[in-house]
Amino acid sequence: MPEATTPIILAQGLERRFGALVALSGVDLAVGAGELVLVVGPNGAGKSTLLRILAGLATPTRGRVRVRGVDLHADAEGRGAIGFLSHQSLLYDDLTARENLQFAAALHGLSGADQLVQQALEAVGLSHRADARAGTFSRGMTQRLAIARATLHSPPVLLLDEPFTGLDSPAANALRERLRKERDGGRVLVCVTHDPTEVWDIATRVVVLRGGCVVLDTLRPAVLDAFRSTYAGLLAT
Amino acid sequence: MKTLRAALAIAAKDLRIEWRTRTALLTSTVFAALVFLIFVFSRDTGGVSLATLAPSVLWVTLALAVMVALNRAFLLEKENSALEGILLAPVSRSAIFWGKWLANLGFVLMIEAIAFPLWILFFDVRIQPALLVVALLALLAAIGFTAVGTVFSAMTVRTRFAELLLPVLLLPFMIPPLFFASQGTVRLFEGRSVTEIWSWLRLLALYDLAFLAVATMLFPKVMDE
Amino acid sequence: MIPDSSAADRVIRRGRLLTVVGLVLLAGIYLLAFQFTPAERGQGLAFKILYVHAPAAWAAETAFVLVGLVGILYFWLKDERLDVFAEASAEVGMVFATVILTTGPIWGRTIWGHYWAWDPRLTFTLLLYVLFAGYFALRSAIRDPAERARFAAVLGIMGMLLVPFIHLTVYLFRSQHPMPVLGRPPCPLENPDCAPSLPWVLLRPLLASFVVFTLLYVGFVTIRYGIGLRRAAQEGSDA
Repeated sequence: MPEATTPIILAQGLERRFGALVALSGVDLAVGAGELVLVVGPNGAGKSTLLRILAGLATPTRGRVRVRGVDLHADAEGRGAIGFLSHQSLLYDDLTARENLQFAAALHGLSGADQLVQQALEAVGLSHRADARAGTFSRGMTQRLAIARATLHSPPVLLLDEPFTGLDSPAANALRERLRKERDGGRVLVCVTHDPTEVWDIATRVVVLRGGCVVLDTLRPAVLDAFRSTYAGLLAT
Repeated sequence: MKTLRAALAIAAKDLRIEWRTRTALLTSTVFAALVFLIFVFSRDTGGVSLATLAPSVLWVTLALAVMVALNRAFLLEKENSALEGILLAPVSRSAIFWGKWLANLGFVLMIEAIAFPLWILFFDVRIQPALLVVALLALLAAIGFTAVGTVFSAMTVRTRFAELLLPVLLLPFMIPPLFFASQGTVRLFEGRSVTEIWSWLRLLALYDLAFLAVATMLFPKVMDE
Repeated sequence: MIPDSSAADRVIRRGRLLTVVGLVLLAGIYLLAFQFTPAERGQGLAFKILYVHAPAAWAAETAFVLVGLVGILYFWLKDERLDVFAEASAEVGMVFATVILTTGPIWGRTIWGHYWAWDPRLTFTLLLYVLFAGYFALRSAIRDPAERARFAAVLGIMGMLLVPFIHLTVYLFRSQHPMPVLGRPPCPLENPDCAPSLPWVLLRPLLASFVVFTLLYVGFVTIRYGIGLRRAAQEGSDA
């Protein structure tokens, strides 16, 4: 398994059970700066569960996640290092774009919020609609606002859960470009998607989950070779 | 303190959204007025004077209005799946409780503020100097109702029969504060001194303290996944 | 953490034994109360309901308080069996409450001609019953077992805290509206709220009854707990 020099995300022995159902089992993951990890797998493989545990939304039945050395589930502060982008907007339709971001800033205890919010709106090209209700936005605009919200507190980690859902081609390209920039800027990105082609070009690493376990974890260029050897192994058993 | 700021931000956000749409506020107030009307028209007009009915009517109406109001509390978050946005932040789950509770309390107090004059009007209430005490009773009762209601609405919103389940869970918990508040009101109507009312106020305060404390501790468990 | 079916069966067997002993002793109580205990002067036969109602009410209340205590333990220890126990205790408590609420009015009608008169014990039991009903309504509305256990524990703990307030409310309510009490310990008419002391011959069956009802509670809960464990083990092997 490729090791980063100082992993920013360090997940060890993650296990998650729902009653008798095992969603994740024995998952280890170490991700460093500048990596964009693509997590794929069939439905029910545990991808979303894994991401939610990494985000601090769900607690693992066993195991631990450390982000920048801080145990994510032991301390609420640890979540401050995480940005989360979902196919759901996490925005309030009745608040304006600006108010949505100001609320996020207040939750993160950010100082100089007004300026940060203005900069964030400009960065995603929404400053002209800053005082319009978020409910009036198109899907693409909503996604841009969601990115602004997710990156407002400059988190070192960005987690994405099926972010391309419902985006048309130009919006998807814009998102891809944005993610590439974040990756090059040294952020850690973990992207869960059911369609690997969406982020294939910008991914640096591929992790395949099946039945709650990691069956493949390798650098993207080496995926084909790794697939061949793993496949051969699966055929042999 | 960070928790307090986050809680205030959550409360402010809820109240702002509520004020902007105003639907729930208007609906709840109209609901309260309609309940008053039901009491007026369903009573035995010869036998029972409005003044006799007045104390019970106030508290029954407030209890029902709180129920209607609380349903909206977490429904808002569910619609936008926006609660996750709050859960992702480095904010303790208790801060979420305080924020939601404050917003619910503010909302209920707004309803009470409108229903109160209507009650005085419809039921010919003439205890002018004591009205302030009734207002205090209303405040204390609202604190208790919303403390328990915030926890329960957080639970029921995730279930299949939320609108039906919330009243079933909440009403038993509303009976003691309802009883204390209405007994205090009845005494006021009988013209008793404030010192006698004091014990009912104390009981309400005891209830509020006990349940606010427990709700703060238990709410995070409801937010867990 | 969930034991297998054979352990569950052992629990059920133990429970059945306790229950049989309890039921036999219960018959003994009836014998004691009707054959060997004189009628009480003020209320006559009506007084004897105390021997069944008071311990049953106490058992129902204890059942509910235990649901709350077990809820606290659940959050501390995170053992799923605690939730199985909570459900068992709640069910048994609800059964006791149902018995009181059905026999009470029948007795009341026979003795004072009213089915219901806001007798404090019946009123308290009614409120407790409503709490139990809410508890089961919540449980049935949640599919995920872990979430169900968590939410049920929250409701149980809050309900446990409510119980003293219900006592207070019923007590204060009664002092506004003095009313006949089903099986009230004897008091002079001029001072209905006195704290009576029962002569030993009238007290004896009451104390014995408390012991028997406690035994019955333990027996019933053990059986129900065993059934719950067996169900949980089955669910575990099905999934």
